[in-house]
Amino acid sequence: MKNTISARVADFLKNYPPFNEVATKELESLSEEVSIVYKVKGEVIFTIDEEAHQYFYVVHKGAVVLTKEPNDEVVDLCDEGDIFGLRPLIANENYKIGAKAYEETILYAIPITDFKPVIKKYGAVGTFLIESFASNTRNPYSKSYRGKLYDATSPTEGNQINDKELLDLQGVPYSKKLITCSENTTIKTIASKMTEKKVGSVLVVNDKLPVGIITDKDLRNKIATGLFPITTRAKNIMSSPVITYPKKMTVTQAQMAMMKSNISHLCLTLDGTPNTEAVGIISKHDIMFELGNNPAVLIKAIKRANGFKKLKAVRRRIMSLLQGYLDQNIPLTLTSKIISELNDACIKQIIKIALNKMDAPPPVKFAWLAMGSQGRSEQLLHTDQDNALVFENVPDDQLTETREFFLDLAKIVTKGLFDIGYEYCPAEMMASNPDWCLSLSEWKERTLHWITNPGPDQVLLSSIFFDYNLSYGETSLVNDLSAHLFETTDKYPNFFLHLASGALQSPSPSGFFRSFLVEEDGEYKDFFDLKRRALMPLIDGARVLILSHKVKLINNTAERFEKLAELEPNNEELFLACSYATKALLKFRTKHGLLHNDSGRFIALTKLTKEEKIKLKRCFKTIKDLQELLKIRFKVTNLLG
Amino acid sequence: MNLFKKRKKNYPDFWMEYEAKFEKKASYTIPEIRFVVFDTETTGFDYDDDRVLSIGALSIKNNSIQISDSFEAFLYQHFYHAKNIEIHGILQEERQERITELEALIQFLEYIGNSVLVAHHAGFDKNMINHALNRHGMPNLKNKFLDTSVLYKRTLINSPLLPVKPQYSLDELAEKFDISKKDRHTALGDAYITAIAFMKIVQKLKTKKNFSAKKLLK
Repeated sequence: MKNTISARVADFLKNYPPFNEVATKELESLSEEVSIVYKVKGEVIFTIDEEAHQYFYVVHKGAVVLTKEPNDEVVDLCDEGDIFGLRPLIANENYKIGAKAYEETILYAIPITDFKPVIKKYGAVGTFLIESFASNTRNPYSKSYRGKLYDATSPTEGNQINDKELLDLQGVPYSKKLITCSENTTIKTIASKMTEKKVGSVLVVNDKLPVGIITDKDLRNKIATGLFPITTRAKNIMSSPVITYPKKMTVTQAQMAMMKSNISHLCLTLDGTPNTEAVGIISKHDIMFELGNNPAVLIKAIKRANGFKKLKAVRRRIMSLLQGYLDQNIPLTLTSKIISELNDACIKQIIKIALNKMDAPPPVKFAWLAMGSQGRSEQLLHTDQDNALVFENVPDDQLTETREFFLDLAKIVTKGLFDIGYEYCPAEMMASNPDWCLSLSEWKERTLHWITNPGPDQVLLSSIFFDYNLSYGETSLVNDLSAHLFETTDKYPNFFLHLASGALQSPSPSGFFRSFLVEEDGEYKDFFDLKRRALMPLIDGARVLILSHKVKLINNTAERFEKLAELEPNNEELFLACSYATKALLKFRTKHGLLHNDSGRFIALTKLTKEEKIKLKRCFKTIKDLQELLKIRFKVTNLLG
Repeated sequence: MNLFKKRKKNYPDFWMEYEAKFEKKASYTIPEIRFVVFDTETTGFDYDDDRVLSIGALSIKNNSIQISDSFEAFLYQHFYHAKNIEIHGILQEERQERITELEALIQFLEYIGNSVLVAHHAGFDKNMINHALNRHGMPNLKNKFLDTSVLYKRTLINSPLLPVKPQYSLDELAEKFDISKKDRHTALGDAYITAIAFMKIVQKLKTKKNFSAKKLLK
């Protein structure tokens, strides 16, 4: 029966091929037969050789990964609106590929018996399916911008080479939204338009036909040099004739074409000649983005992303960049710098997008702070978000109103972070929580309270908050707050004693016989908690030591230890060992996280090699030495007793 | 004495059929249980004076909602509060076919059978339905009830840093679990939000120690 829910399903399906071809009424009755299936991250939907279900699937929310034997090689990642698991139903065979939820996912399961009549009735639906089966892509219409070919990978070769081969054959993505002008447009107008649209080139058209192109380079060479005034017309400086190509080009072809003519933009027309309508432009940037996971290209892509969905796609590429760095054994210091930089750019972009979504500009200056691992630039994988917001002091009667504004802003930002893969903080330590969205003087008051009343909660709160790092906004607010913190801790040295004893609270990583201590119950029974038992003692230790030395602006744990080694030459050896251990453990965690598509916090000991175990144990020795030093320096023993 | 009286009373056939479904005691595992997630829209919050305007319900089995097995009824009621019509937008559904309260109850009982009922702030919806049943001379619902607002609280981490609120609204849950609020304030739309939230909550609870179907239904 038709109801609110089936109408909602039909509403969703009609946006995606092949359902866009189906008449509303039929789509509605098809929707009434749909099942809505919830899958947890990592849950299997079907396995290879399993008998085909009575349904095929459409991803409504989340993502599904399709894998192939051997080695569960990834053949495709399905996003919202993508169809999978249909072919075996039509061919009457068992599943040839496996499907698993890549994220928490909601699927629409559509019964094949109800769908078959639709295929018969609508030629376009049938054609879509035939094309998609023949080309082996999930969606032939999208070939031009994503098409990964199922069978092009041969299992004997290494993955990375395969990826490149695939890319070479791939259709090239091009911007369909053409930025154009006429021959008589003035250069000033053109330059403003290019700035506004953030593009590097403008196509000069005459009756939709391309007659010339103006790029950043033309502006530099012909205008900035004084050859032409900025009031000149487009026709005087444009490069003409335009070199045109047909829109069906592979990445390699486009690259060759650019090299051949030494140009950075290709104009695509309906039939490839300048005598038909222009349909798109390919820039060198588009090709670079497609070719590789290069940080500079990714940064550019992040800055161009105008919605959360686009950012999510970029973030997936960041993850594969990270995987590549780890595979190639690039030093972790460098890796984490680059990845943190990219993560940081994502957050900045999200805040920019959020600011645009607000009805009014911020009433006063503010700063967005990253806390915890993000603040320490140690966040390589998707983990929880911890953030806070500080805004300029306002008169009391405006405080509520001002806070309301920033809370609304923070809600959009945290939702954006959630959308691109950062889970919400389970303890609500987020700027969208009124407790973490305060004015400068409120923050000062709050931290003063923590420092002067160092109970266990206050120590925990300070240890999370004190690693803050400015993500976006006004630097002076943060500097002011930091200065206040150092002033206060100076007056209450007792605080360090409590912070140090907090750092010693982490459970020991190994038992009496140097065996690993594993979790005793819960979801991760018999797993080793790498974060709590090994990383936290180092992170907490570095924090208290560096704060007691009043060193500002170094948040990264490994860097803190390096600084400490410099400050205390007599402990240099230990601190350098700590720095090394931090990096080794972080790398270890990241590798495991990528392998299992999780945060890498819990390690199955049975899966470790002998070498890995020895490496880990070596780190434990360093942790123990560090804890001894903390105990003696801050005289913690009597507190623990 | 009271018990005896109740047994002797002659209930209509549809009630006897409904009641019969509870005779067999089945042991369940979570994937086998049929959960019915429902929501009622009412004219107000007074159990005696206010009336049910619509009921929306969905069934969940093994983390899957079958749309064909859903329930939506709009009731014909003389009693209206203008301000409630505004909230629920019932007027927008003017074209919907309306049935009498008794007819809706008969259909609803047949639909739910002995399933486990789930609702957000379940106490309210349960009481609303029970009062309607009582008005027509029937006893209370016999189903097991789960309340997503209570279950949600069990998923929260136990931390001094996180003050647990006494109440969590459906809107808050929708935001937490990233569920679209498009059909909010229609009975079936709210039931859908509750259903998705319910599946996510159960998933979270599963990761806690000693979780079992028995514990969930306790």
